[in-house]
Amino acid sequence: MIATRPASFQDLILTLHAYWSARGCVILQPHDVEVGAGTLHPATVLRALGPKPWNAAYVQPSRRPGDGRYGENPNRLQHYYQYQVLLKPNPLDMQDLYLGSLEAIGLDPRLHDIRFVEDDWENPTVGAWGLGWEVWCDGMEVSQYTYMQQVGGLDVSPVAGELTYGLERLAMYVFGVDNVYDLPFNDPQGPNGGTSYGEVFLENERQMSAYNFEVADVDTLRRQFEDMERQVNRILDEGVGPQGQKLVLPAYDHVLKASHLFNVMNARGAIAVAERASYIGRIRDLCKRCASEWLKQQEAA
Amino acid sequence: MPQLLLELFSEEIPARMQAQAARDLERMVRDGLSAAGLISEGMKAFAGPRRLALVVEGLPIAQADRDEELKGPRIGAPDQAIDGFLRKTGLTRDQLSERDGVWFGRIQTAGRPTPQIIAELVEQTVRNFPWPKSMTWGSGKLRWVRPLQRILCVFDREIVPLSFEGLTAGDLSQGHRFMGSGQVFRARDYDEYHEALAGHYVVLDPEERKARILEGARTLCFARNLELVEDEGLLDEVAGLAEWPTPILGDMDPAFLDLPPEVIRTSMRTHQKYFAVRDPATGKLAPHFIVVANIAAADGGAVIAAGNAKVLSARLSDARFFWDEDRKSGFEDWLKKLDGVTFHAKLGTMAERVERIAALAREIAPLVGADPDVAEKAARLAKADLTSQMVGEFPELQGVMGRYYALADGMDADIADAIRDHYRPQGPGDAVPTAPLSVAVALADKLDTLVGFFSIDEKPTGSKDPFALRRAALGVIRIILESGNRLALNAVPGVSANDLMPFFADRLKVTLRDQGKRFDLVDAVFALNDDDLVRIVARVEALDGFLKADDGANLLAGYRRAANILKAEEKKGPLPAGAPSAVSQPAEEAALFAALQALEPKLDAALAAEDFTGAMTALAALREPVDAFFTAVLVNSDVPAERENRLRLLQQVQTAMGKVADFSLVTG
Repeated sequence: MIATRPASFQDLILTLHAYWSARGCVILQPHDVEVGAGTLHPATVLRALGPKPWNAAYVQPSRRPGDGRYGENPNRLQHYYQYQVLLKPNPLDMQDLYLGSLEAIGLDPRLHDIRFVEDDWENPTVGAWGLGWEVWCDGMEVSQYTYMQQVGGLDVSPVAGELTYGLERLAMYVFGVDNVYDLPFNDPQGPNGGTSYGEVFLENERQMSAYNFEVADVDTLRRQFEDMERQVNRILDEGVGPQGQKLVLPAYDHVLKASHLFNVMNARGAIAVAERASYIGRIRDLCKRCASEWLKQQEAA
Repeated sequence: MPQLLLELFSEEIPARMQAQAARDLERMVRDGLSAAGLISEGMKAFAGPRRLALVVEGLPIAQADRDEELKGPRIGAPDQAIDGFLRKTGLTRDQLSERDGVWFGRIQTAGRPTPQIIAELVEQTVRNFPWPKSMTWGSGKLRWVRPLQRILCVFDREIVPLSFEGLTAGDLSQGHRFMGSGQVFRARDYDEYHEALAGHYVVLDPEERKARILEGARTLCFARNLELVEDEGLLDEVAGLAEWPTPILGDMDPAFLDLPPEVIRTSMRTHQKYFAVRDPATGKLAPHFIVVANIAAADGGAVIAAGNAKVLSARLSDARFFWDEDRKSGFEDWLKKLDGVTFHAKLGTMAERVERIAALAREIAPLVGADPDVAEKAARLAKADLTSQMVGEFPELQGVMGRYYALADGMDADIADAIRDHYRPQGPGDAVPTAPLSVAVALADKLDTLVGFFSIDEKPTGSKDPFALRRAALGVIRIILESGNRLALNAVPGVSANDLMPFFADRLKVTLRDQGKRFDLVDAVFALNDDDLVRIVARVEALDGFLKADDGANLLAGYRRAANILKAEEKKGPLPAGAPSAVSQPAEEAALFAALQALEPKLDAALAAEDFTGAMTALAALREPVDAFFTAVLVNSDVPAERENRLRLLQQVQTAMGKVADFSLVTG
């Protein structure tokens, strides 16, 4: 089935939503805390753990402060969208399902060269790893495909299959656009058509780049990081839910906040090389605490 | 004779693991079959992106039957003994027979059918397969490199009954992911299998895939009057990424040709897995590339070529950005950044390491014909490019970029070359630097590495050499030997304190062995505590020549005889000290005394002149007197004074020969 090519960036997202919705995924909205990647949404990091099946798809705005280029680079953004799919346990025909999604957005595998190239995924800040591939379309990486083996240092069992599409890059390819800011955000032929990606996000890139690189206050960030770190431990140690459970979800939100604060400090050039590993280790420890509490709750339920 | 065909069909296997996986599959099945007494006429394994396959020809349909006669207790033995024998053999009393006063039991075992053995063997092989990394998937427990989806296993055209972990073997396989019908097909033997795969756009044999790529790429180039830049490692990799490899020629924006060719090639190779293409007339890169696609597209690959060209442009734009930015910032900035780069937790920062290398290069420079000031300067610049953006992106361009940036900065060409070449030799196939300045920095770099890691006790052990210290030592040896530079290694700070010379001796043995020389002589020469590699090798070569000749071989025998006598006599009491005295009788003793007297000045002169062949020739004069002495003279004389003098003579023979080498360590 080759669908008609989506007409715009948002159409691409809606096509993926429709595709994965028809395959039984819950279609979620983004998590409302700043994250560096779609994996960090609790719908992936936490839901990957435990015995329960879980199938979800969502768009996650992702922030990588260090990648900002003041809106002057046609490929690099400090804020972009990832499309994330998690299928747990991964179905045996997951590769075919994935390839179907590419066809749905207009990439015909008999005309384009689609290949699965080894790429073992690892995220040291959440103590996660898996085996899989970068998926290439005509030499361009369009997705990351991973069979998650561990999260927070704990085995993912049953295994969750994770798909991450870099939406801007994919869209640039599908629409034959060389500059991300030229992407049609909505249908150029439709009513009120012709809004470009640049009209939506260029100013955001300029201001956020200036903030991340020049204005963010390092002392404040450092203090906030330490606050968040303390809060994670306090919430897990002292907080009790209505059923007597530990408050893993709010604790995990605080881990995400700490992680983002670290990313901004890093972009600001405030983290010495020797410090870096220790910050990452601190975040990983927090994340591991949340992951193991979550797993306990899932296994008890 | 019946044939076994096995296919393990999975999701995409990493290219770098395929060749080893084929070897492992073949080995495990061969070992398993032969352990079961099943010997085949031949087997061949194949690996590709989605399958491991194995065909075994000429297997028997079952194991041979076994008929064994087991000797039991003697007739009339206690019941306990007979019961024990029955338990052991599983026989009953009436099945025993009697012969020569002893009970015998006969056990006949029917050979098991081959398919049963294959079924067990395939399951064991899959469960124990030595993938470098493996995973589980879905709700299963089985581990494989990526999800294992299907097993085809047929023996003598019949499906082998086999089922585990939700997988059941059958006679089905499937072809290319995108080309052809996409339907499964049946195969009951290798011919059917091979033919069906070809019909479903799969080239099974990796060698055939490689040939197809090379031929296709060369043809494309030839038609455009271009030449393929061949690259064996890349060829192996791309042959593992496509079941139906199809080379396509793409165009690159010629504006990028002003980038260093190494940058273009590295970007093509590491990021995109493209082959570079050159203009045969100029030998320079041409504005094209070869990409190996996995499909033969209906449009002849036009869309694929255009898409890849676009990706390459983005990659090269990044590279150009780094190239431009790097030339704006330059060495001073980078050197400052080295402060923040840890070389090793126990060995400090890169900046500290650079200081050490610079100091060392300064000391080594005069010994290799380089200017100390210039060597120190070049060494100080040699690691700066590690913090450049380009090397951050492409670590394999370390040194290469430093040279370009040094030239762009207007530095002297010999400094620029030293920056690039100080990493050499990077392996056995790589040339050593020859310019004195490059030699000085290269030696300083490698010696600092060796001294540093030895000082924190990070020595290589067995197959583990995480800091490539063996390569560094080999590099030092090759640079010194190929340049003929005289360098007292023990004078290099840290070499003797960390006892590095034995490590060099080991590496030198490997070098000489690789050159087909007698490496066992290295020990005999190293025992003299020399630290000048050029002299050591000259000595080894002269010694080798000497021992190959009659005189040398016989003198070695004489040396050993003397050593044995001295060893035996030493047990009785301390050997007499001092020089032997002249005697007139027996004549053979007088002759040996005279020969030793004549030898010493000649030997010392030859050694002082480092004329080792001359020294060996001088030693050769000892052969006859030594032989004659042992034939005619009894060392252990009853007259104590005679005995003592003869022992002194033998010690003198040992001492004289010991100036050339420690003959006691010659093994051959």
